Amino acid sequence: MAEKVLMPQLGESVTEGTISKWLVKVGDTVNKYDPICEVNTDKVNAEVPSSFTGTVTEIVVGEGETVAVGTLICYISSVDADANRSGVPAETMTNQLDQHHTTPIIPTKQRYSPAVLKLAQEHNLDLTRLTGTGAGGRITRKDVLTVLESGLQQAPVVTVVKQPQDASTFVPTPKSPSPLTSKKTSEIPVTMGDQEIPVTSIRKTIANRMVQSKHEAPHAWTMTEVDVTGLVRHREQLRDQFKKNEGLNLTYLPFFIKAVVEAIKEYPILNSVWAEDRIIIKKGIHISIAVATDDALFVPVIRDADQKNILGLAKSIDELVRKTREGKLTVDDITGGTFTCNNTGSFGSVLSAPIINPPQVAILTMEAIVKRPVVIDNMIAIRDMVNLCLSLDHRVLDGLVCGKFLQSVKKNLEGYGL
Amino acid sequence: MAIISYIDAVTAAIQEEMKLDPKVFVLGEDVGVRGGVFRATQGLYEQFGEQRVIDTPLAESAIVGVAIGAAAYGMRPIAEIQFADFIMPAVNQIVSEAAKIRYRSNGDWNCPLVIRAPYGGGIHGALYHSQSVEAMFCNTPGLKVVAPSTPYDVKGLLKAAIRDPDPVLFFEHKRCYRLIKGEVPEADYVLPIGKADVKRNGEDITVISYGLTLHFALQAAEKLQTDGYSAHVLDLRTLYPLDKEAIIEAAKKTGKVLIIHEDNKEGGIAGEVAAVIAEECLFDLDAPIKRLCGPDVPAMPYSPPLEKFFMLNPDKVYQAMKELAEF
Repeated sequence: MAEKVLMPQLGESVTEGTISKWLVKVGDTVNKYDPICEVNTDKVNAEVPSSFTGTVTEIVVGEGETVAVGTLICYISSVDADANRSGVPAETMTNQLDQHHTTPIIPTKQRYSPAVLKLAQEHNLDLTRLTGTGAGGRITRKDVLTVLESGLQQAPVVTVVKQPQDASTFVPTPKSPSPLTSKKTSEIPVTMGDQEIPVTSIRKTIANRMVQSKHEAPHAWTMTEVDVTGLVRHREQLRDQFKKNEGLNLTYLPFFIKAVVEAIKEYPILNSVWAEDRIIIKKGIHISIAVATDDALFVPVIRDADQKNILGLAKSIDELVRKTREGKLTVDDITGGTFTCNNTGSFGSVLSAPIINPPQVAILTMEAIVKRPVVIDNMIAIRDMVNLCLSLDHRVLDGLVCGKFLQSVKKNLEGYGL
Repeated sequence: MAIISYIDAVTAAIQEEMKLDPKVFVLGEDVGVRGGVFRATQGLYEQFGEQRVIDTPLAESAIVGVAIGAAAYGMRPIAEIQFADFIMPAVNQIVSEAAKIRYRSNGDWNCPLVIRAPYGGGIHGALYHSQSVEAMFCNTPGLKVVAPSTPYDVKGLLKAAIRDPDPVLFFEHKRCYRLIKGEVPEADYVLPIGKADVKRNGEDITVISYGLTLHFALQAAEKLQTDGYSAHVLDLRTLYPLDKEAIIEAAKKTGKVLIIHEDNKEGGIAGEVAAVIAEECLFDLDAPIKRLCGPDVPAMPYSPPLEKFFMLNPDKVYQAMKELAEF
């Protein structure tokens, strides 16, 4: 009997996944836990393990298709189920089998033949507005010719970038009606010379998550400035030796994270989650760090950051950055963060208003360290100064506790090198 | 106009040309007294005598070799290879001599030779009496390879082959001999070698074939019509050189092309036809170019069920046509 394999939940905020590659084909025998396909989800590629030992009998969701979590993706004829078969009346079994096989599922991903594309270009047709009569709803050359003959599309059509499969397969969670889909792309005029960039699934995820955060969490913002002259000197002293011993560049980020983690221990409410009827303070301190690539932003997680020293943090950061650049982040690498640190200073910013990474309740940036004249004991001194900017979810956090938290971070950072 | 069989069209063409031109003569195994194993030369021995209808020893290299010599001497020989399967001993004469005489002598010599050979299966002939050997010769510039499918084309093309100043391989599908009948004018007419022919007009898919499978395609097209699809059927008629213009025109007509032949798929004529289409009209294609051909096994099996498996039939052709029409 064929068992159903569903699109798994591959992370807490994951609502859908794109099958990037099937690793098995119909007729293949798979063992339980063998990978059967690769899924591109919320920012990562993950392999989906088989839940059964048996034979793949039907693949329902084709490569490149995006479906919601829980959607049936394939059938596996399970060996275990076969063993239990003897008790099942033959007729029932046949019926069940028939149900699976009476409706052949044809991949519906839209591909256009050279002839169709050529005709569409010549006549400036928007193919997404056509209905196909070919196999799997394919638009045939005849379909296009019929449309041209009937003159339905005589008015010149402004071609717009549309990805119908995105609109139809994106499933907004009930709590967050997607504001992205509310604005029709066709309303935006495109004039000659404009460049249109198709939205990748990662860019779409980023967009949805940012909108969701701004939409749901009332953001408040505060900033403090920190004198890191001691830290700068301290790092200078350690840097060469560290490079020699560990083979890593010692950056300010591990010190910053260490200072944040210590402050979180003091004010654990910063490490919490808003759950509508209650606030959950998380025990583990897992720090998300923002890592940018050329065209996307990833937020991998340093697990149990409170249990790591500067070296441990530096190593974790190095590994996550490397994996991000190589596109090898796993689901584990990007899930479970409880607080986000963003090193905006790395690209020269001195002030920023970050967006909270839901379901976390706060995000802290470390801006660029700059030399500034400061007054100490009524004297002017040149010090290495840095701004720390905190965005907080005002449903959970108030100004007072955040102020105290920032003072704690400040105290920790200023304590380095003393 | 008389309705005659495919093989009667062969006889009629030879007989008419022999009457018209005293240089035309026939040679081959059992072509004389016996009138040929398939009776293609029946009555010619009686009409034209043993000087012009010559029974030869069982030596194909000699049949073709003698014919080349006679052609060089100014005669117009029609050499019969009893079964196309037996043409192998004569390949050297055909490929290295006949095909190259004009080129080798810088146009001083030519070789007005016709080699007739019954090919194809479906007659329980097994290994040595069923082969399709046309692809082997369709890579030899200097040769013309003709494979007609209807009595009308047989007569017109065989007469053209006999009058052609260069060597022509004339393949006759032996299953068609008595199966296929059609109207053939009694008048003298020739059809151009190198020109394909549209056998059926249609809008939805283009089928390109030759020989016996062309008839399967025509039958399947009738059935497909009841499904609401019309098939455009092109008969290649000449396999080498191909009528590229007609192939491209037919492919452009529907954008969906199925090429069918009984010969093995890999390295067959269909691959060359597909290549022409891919090179010349990719942007008119609405579907991948499809081929339906014999399986790539060494020979036609003797066992009737296996022969049936090897051979195409109207059902198999219909399935392939329907699949492409629905794409």
